[in-house]
Amino acid sequence: MDAAELDEILRTVRAFVRDRVVPLEAQIDREDEVPVVIRDAAKEMGLFGFAIPEAYGGLGLTMTEECRLVFELGYTTPALRSLFGSNNGIAGHVLLEGATDAQRQRWLPRIATGEVVAAFALTEPEAGSDPSGLSTAARRDGDGWVIDGAKRYITNAPVADVLMVFARTGGPGAGGISAFMVPADAPGLRVAPKDAKMGQGGAWTADVTFDAVHVGPEALVGGDGGVGRGWSTAMRCLAHGRIHIAALCVGMAGRLVDETVAYARARRQSGRPIGAFQLVQGMVADSVTDLHAGRAVVLDAARAYDEGSDRRVAPSVAKYFASEMVGRVADRAVQVHGGAGYMRGMAVERFYRDARLFRIYEGTSQIQQLIIARNVIGDAARG
Amino acid sequence: MHVVVCVKQIPDPAAPAALKPDTRTLDRSGKLILDDSDSYGVEMALQLAGNVEGSEVILVSMAPGGETSGLRTALAMGASKAILVSDDALAGSDALSTAKVLAAAIRRAEPDLVIAATESTDGYTGTVPVQIAELLDMPSVTFAKRVTTDGSTVTVERQTEAGYDDVESPMPVVVTVTAGVVEPRYPSFKGIMAAKTKPVDVLSLADLGLDPAQVGGAGARQEMVDVADAESRGAGEIVVDDGDGAQRIVAFLEQLKVI
Repeated sequence: MDAAELDEILRTVRAFVRDRVVPLEAQIDREDEVPVVIRDAAKEMGLFGFAIPEAYGGLGLTMTEECRLVFELGYTTPALRSLFGSNNGIAGHVLLEGATDAQRQRWLPRIATGEVVAAFALTEPEAGSDPSGLSTAARRDGDGWVIDGAKRYITNAPVADVLMVFARTGGPGAGGISAFMVPADAPGLRVAPKDAKMGQGGAWTADVTFDAVHVGPEALVGGDGGVGRGWSTAMRCLAHGRIHIAALCVGMAGRLVDETVAYARARRQSGRPIGAFQLVQGMVADSVTDLHAGRAVVLDAARAYDEGSDRRVAPSVAKYFASEMVGRVADRAVQVHGGAGYMRGMAVERFYRDARLFRIYEGTSQIQQLIIARNVIGDAARG
Repeated sequence: MHVVVCVKQIPDPAAPAALKPDTRTLDRSGKLILDDSDSYGVEMALQLAGNVEGSEVILVSMAPGGETSGLRTALAMGASKAILVSDDALAGSDALSTAKVLAAAIRRAEPDLVIAATESTDGYTGTVPVQIAELLDMPSVTFAKRVTTDGSTVTVERQTEAGYDDVESPMPVVVTVTAGVVEPRYPSFKGIMAAKTKPVDVLSLADLGLDPAQVGGAGARQEMVDVADAESRGAGEIVVDDGDGAQRIVAFLEQLKVI
């Protein structure tokens, strides 16, 4: 994509986010729902398929281009990005990374337009940080499969049309896992009521249970060759997803810095703007510095991803740093706002709650530390 | 039906603006974007064209340096092609010389309907559209807040201070629309990608058969003689509520004729 086209896309998304979504943020949080008009506008714009290749009806952004787009999306409630995050990200990428071309042709064009909403079902009640121990099982049944088990905190499950389900088809450990595309209306598949969360109102997650769910042979991602390849597919999806989430954190940090600076200028104490007090200036400076560092780390990881030079360490570094960074920036934003920052109705109070999730999902900070350290230390890390 | 939309490309209002020291006119040498006021006209044109089979929306613009960034935005929204007049001799144009150039370009598009914003965001003269109508010998209807057409007649609700007038006009006609009358669509990503392959006809004054002495700075009858800082606002009146605060607010609003 040439620079002028990307600029035009970024400008369009920026206008949409700031003019249409930002004014609705408080309502989205309060009512735990993104209005249908916003979902439809996002669909028409093409936001459900920006990371899906043009050959399948998407925009085919590179990781670097995607990060710049996600910086814009991050400026408002993360519930917006969550609408189409799984289509572009972890769920759509299951097909890109692991599916046969026939499977991609069948599903990706509809995922790219948003006609189909796809969810990524990996996490289980007893397999979160280390999903290689997952226990949802798929056993052969004629030429198809029968799936039994339970998944937890599955983003977009309440609205999904298809779920990318990781299930054990072989022995214990990572090598025994395969991925399946399971229609949400398959008999025996049940989506629980959506979770009540601390923040990110409007972004829906739910438990999903599988009680003897029958699927045909076409549901196995990668066809016959896909048996036992689910784990490596999932890990490649997560590498992309981690940079994406890191970019989202940077976008939110940008908003928090804007909120912080605006308040420091406007709020007066002792006859002066609070921005005249040096300790407030210190907090503003720390947040601006954090934001710059976060943006640089994410763009560097994206460049390495696009080059193919690092898809292991840099995604974890970016996700680890950016999620911790936005946590610090949100904390300072509340601090600069003082008592008002603790009140419902203030944007920084909402973002403070929203930001907390970033250090947990798509791999906790501690898991990122392990990935980073084990990759650089090598065999010695395993004793 | 050919619907022509006059589209101005202006310096981004979000960026600091500068005046050229010699002519005291706006410096347009940087990147230009679609004037937000014109996005309403483009949207209106797309809606009207969508209702009459076989219609197309054609953009007409005048800008220095062959600038097409703003046009691409309107093409991405759905317009089918554009005519851009760009010529060094157009520097220093006033409203009338702009109207002469745009009228010549519009004529080439064989319009049934010409839509323009009431006024631009950077110049605010608000006179170009009616001058175009005069030059093209077309009727003009200004301040439209609602427009419908059957392809041969336009029916317009024309905003007035008291409400609106119902106006009907034969076509071709020039209609100016006020901001906020329709919700401009956001260009889709596919629309943005498609816009780069849509035709933009870049014309010089010679292509239009216009004499450089009659337009641009040479033909301008208007000269910017001085620019002064606006007076800073004085402090507002502070009213102490002695129990009659509400009545005094009402009286103040009545004085402003807002209630």
